[in-house]
Amino acid sequence: MNELLQLIANGLVTGSIIAIAAIGLSLVYGILKIVNFAHGEYLVFGAYMALVVNVTWGQSLVLGALFAMIMTALLGIALEFGLWRPIRRRGAGIVSLLIVSIGLALVLRNSILLWQGGAPRRYDVDVFQVYELGPIRLSLSQIVVIVVASVVIVGIGLLLARTTLGKAMRALSDSRDLASVSGIDTDRITAYTWIVGSALAGLGGVLQGLVQNAFEPNMGFRLLLLIFAAVILGGVGSAYGALVGGLVLGLMMEVSTWSALPAGGVDSVYKPVVAFVVLILVLIFRPQGIFGRARTV
Amino acid sequence: MSTDRPLLETADLDAGYGEVNILHGLSIAVPRGAIVSVIGPNGAGKSTLLKAIYGFLKPRRGTVVFRPDGAEHDITGMKPNKLTELGMNYVFQLDNVFPNMTVRENLEMGAYLRGGKPDKEILERIHGWFPRLDERRRQRAGTLSGGERQMLALGRALMSDPKLLLLDEPSAGLAPSVVDVIFEKLQEINGAGISIVMVEQNARRSLEMSDYGYVLDMGRNHFEGAGSKLLHDESVVELYLGGRGRLAAAQLIADEDYEAKPGDAPRRQGRFRHEQDKEKRHE
Repeated sequence: MNELLQLIANGLVTGSIIAIAAIGLSLVYGILKIVNFAHGEYLVFGAYMALVVNVTWGQSLVLGALFAMIMTALLGIALEFGLWRPIRRRGAGIVSLLIVSIGLALVLRNSILLWQGGAPRRYDVDVFQVYELGPIRLSLSQIVVIVVASVVIVGIGLLLARTTLGKAMRALSDSRDLASVSGIDTDRITAYTWIVGSALAGLGGVLQGLVQNAFEPNMGFRLLLLIFAAVILGGVGSAYGALVGGLVLGLMMEVSTWSALPAGGVDSVYKPVVAFVVLILVLIFRPQGIFGRARTV
Repeated sequence: MSTDRPLLETADLDAGYGEVNILHGLSIAVPRGAIVSVIGPNGAGKSTLLKAIYGFLKPRRGTVVFRPDGAEHDITGMKPNKLTELGMNYVFQLDNVFPNMTVRENLEMGAYLRGGKPDKEILERIHGWFPRLDERRRQRAGTLSGGERQMLALGRALMSDPKLLLLDEPSAGLAPSVVDVIFEKLQEINGAGISIVMVEQNARRSLEMSDYGYVLDMGRNHFEGAGSKLLHDESVVELYLGGRGRLAAAQLIADEDYEAKPGDAPRRQGRFRHEQDKEKRHE
């Protein structure tokens, strides 16, 4: 039983990072129909930005995380103005945008590689500090992740449900034309969406870098598939769905290794396999995702 | 003063998709406070006209002028959200509500220019016209029936307190009893001082309640005149209102996205309204 509790705690840690990263991907897809394969690199960019502050400049990681969010938001908005908007204006379809995003991912990843090298890097924090909460043992990093993630997730939920900006984002993802007829400046809300989604990606990157202890430029790509899985699991384009999808995926992956399960659970090397088996099952039985709505085209 | 000049005027409008022009020098005028119907066969460019007015389609030639409150605005090719700021609104034929938002949130989005906070008076007026929207305020718009959806679409548009509403086939796909309700409400809405331009397949019904009508054919203005005059004009009746057993043809449903292109063979959609209703319900 204690093992299960521990696994659930670990699952929440993994899941909340995936969830934070997935919201941005889902918002951007919902509003711009861009399947952004470069989203993983936004995470890596954030992780390295925090590294610069934390290690190179010797400042606290909190400061580093804030810096990472700001810089990744700037990256997101710069790419919107310099890349995505001009391409959209020329009438690029969903496939062209997807291919561009793959190219962008390669450019970003290799730029970071060129700049920081490929050796694993770590933040200047005490990774051996462990706390015991009843039967559960969590490292300081894990606790930080859970706390930060809960605040962010509640915050994003409130943003989307309560604020005019959040509602406008949802309106835009429901129907761009109808949103503009309602007086919404779609270009402006699109820019805000990139800011929110990219800042979250930057934060997600820092948190992931923190819990996995050491990271290198490929971290983003490995995480990207899980993020996609979370988005699809929750229902493509639904920000709430991405949140829940991420958490469910994280929990599934960790709990599947529980030794009380038949055959002693899944070997932890195969955790990502579990994630994709879940994804395949969802796609077979509920193709619109857990929170998605069936729609005819 | 320009108060006696038309609220909306298009002059010599050319617009279309890709290489093809759908509208050829189209000119219409909407008097202040009037209901104006635009009718015509499928592919005549009725919906294209609305899109060109509202900036979803950039006119290649010609101008669109809007005169709310005496001031005159050249709105040719202006972005849709700017038009909404100026006092216009537009109800699409399809996808005219935000399906994943509640009824109440849809209305709030209609009031986006007021920071998403509905004006109490306007909201009460809309609930007065469509009490159903108040009853269902927490329901997701995607789960509404066809008639309720149309009511919500109108409600959303009215939230911005427009001077002019553009309506694309407000009766399409609705049961006859619901069509009656919608048309009745449109007259009440017009009575509250809101001018209406309406594109309709249901030509007879819409001309009956219109001050003025335009009959389009192949992107050109074919006939125009007072609604009652068009209703009794022999050539209009002959062509579009069901003379010599053409009633059935008038009720045939258009393929919404089909616009006639030069050189296309004459084409007619072989589905009747009740068949389309059935399909709508499955969506």
